Amino acid sequence: MIEKTITVKRKTGLQARPAALFVQEANRFSSEIFIEKDGKNVNAKSIMGIMSLAVGANKDIHLKVDGPDEQAAMEALVDFVGQEE
Amino acid sequence: MAEVTAKDLIEEFDFKLLNDEDAVAFRPVSTSDISRPGIEMAGYFTYYPAKRIQLLGKTEMSFYDELDRETQVERMEGLCTYDTPAIILSRGLEAPESLKEAADRVGVPVLSSPITTTRLSSQLTTFLESRLAPMTAIHGVLIDIYGIGVMITGSSGVGKSETALDLVRRGHRLVADDSVEIRQEHDGILVGRAPDLIKHLLEIRGLGIINVMTLFGAGAVRNYKRIGLSIDLEIWDQKKQYDRLGLDEETIKIFDTHLPKITIPVRPGRNLAVIIEVAAMNFRLKRMGINAAEQFSERLNNVIEDGDKEEF
Repeated sequence: MIEKTITVKRKTGLQARPAALFVQEANRFSSEIFIEKDGKNVNAKSIMGIMSLAVGANKDIHLKVDGPDEQAAMEALVDFVGQEE
Repeated sequence: MAEVTAKDLIEEFDFKLLNDEDAVAFRPVSTSDISRPGIEMAGYFTYYPAKRIQLLGKTEMSFYDELDRETQVERMEGLCTYDTPAIILSRGLEAPESLKEAADRVGVPVLSSPITTTRLSSQLTTFLESRLAPMTAIHGVLIDIYGIGVMITGSSGVGKSETALDLVRRGHRLVADDSVEIRQEHDGILVGRAPDLIKHLLEIRGLGIINVMTLFGAGAVRNYKRIGLSIDLEIWDQKKQYDRLGLDEETIKIFDTHLPKITIPVRPGRNLAVIIEVAAMNFRLKRMGINAAEQFSERLNNVIEDGDKEEF
């Protein structure tokens, strides 16, 4: 299991569309992926879960990835939220 | 942990703020205990529980009226500390000037309510206990089936939301989809609700987000529900043994509460909604004292024993 705290760089934060893309990205991997924010822990593969967090721009989220392709998954997701656009 | 401030109390109980709004600081309430500072009014502040909400009733205020002016000011200053989340007057009592002044100085909100003291105290405790209870979020669906709060869990894409939709169509009530916020409000009582943002919504792959309340009506949703049963859906694993009898009860632990758990294997052609509906009914039946599996097992034992006797 690997963990990392990252800052969301996207200007709009994780609004509905970016959140859907994020979930799509997460679903490409077989690892279990969880996001923690303000003490709430949600499954990164569930769109409703992600949207219920209402992640804004420049907010920190804590990613937890566990599984066979954890390294690749972490890199892809960090890359995704790190993009400015 | 959720934070509750005097602001939430004002909204929930319709309190009137008596002192200066600009001077007030809304500090988080950290305990559900309520203090009635009668002995502090009499001058004994050694064990003053400053972090609790202070509730003043008729008794305290009539005692206050009997004090001389100087003592009044001193006692009110004693009550208002930087730790005090709020001072509440019941029965619509007016706050004396000395209290307002002392409260303004340290930013304690002074609130008033028309309700009687004892009643207000119990309402406040109930509200605070539920709001301050430890909270956790679980990935799953919560649905009220024949009065039993059933939490459906399982990995992503196993068909939780689709099953929920099927159940809603059958007249059951959706509480939360995808993310269930669970609080242990009392020992052994877990209450689940949806995060505000996604209340009444359901996500179905291919359709997107649908609003269950506007589609199916107010009867198809609930805002919160005590969780009675947990059902875990998993892809059918050929090598795994699934329960064939229903004699043993599995549980999962959330906080200090053990929740009965059933594992249902998913395979094309199995109607999950019906299975889950029956699981909830069977669970109800068991709680009423009728256990089909046990009754059958007993019957089988009797027949075997009778057969043994005949041989002799």
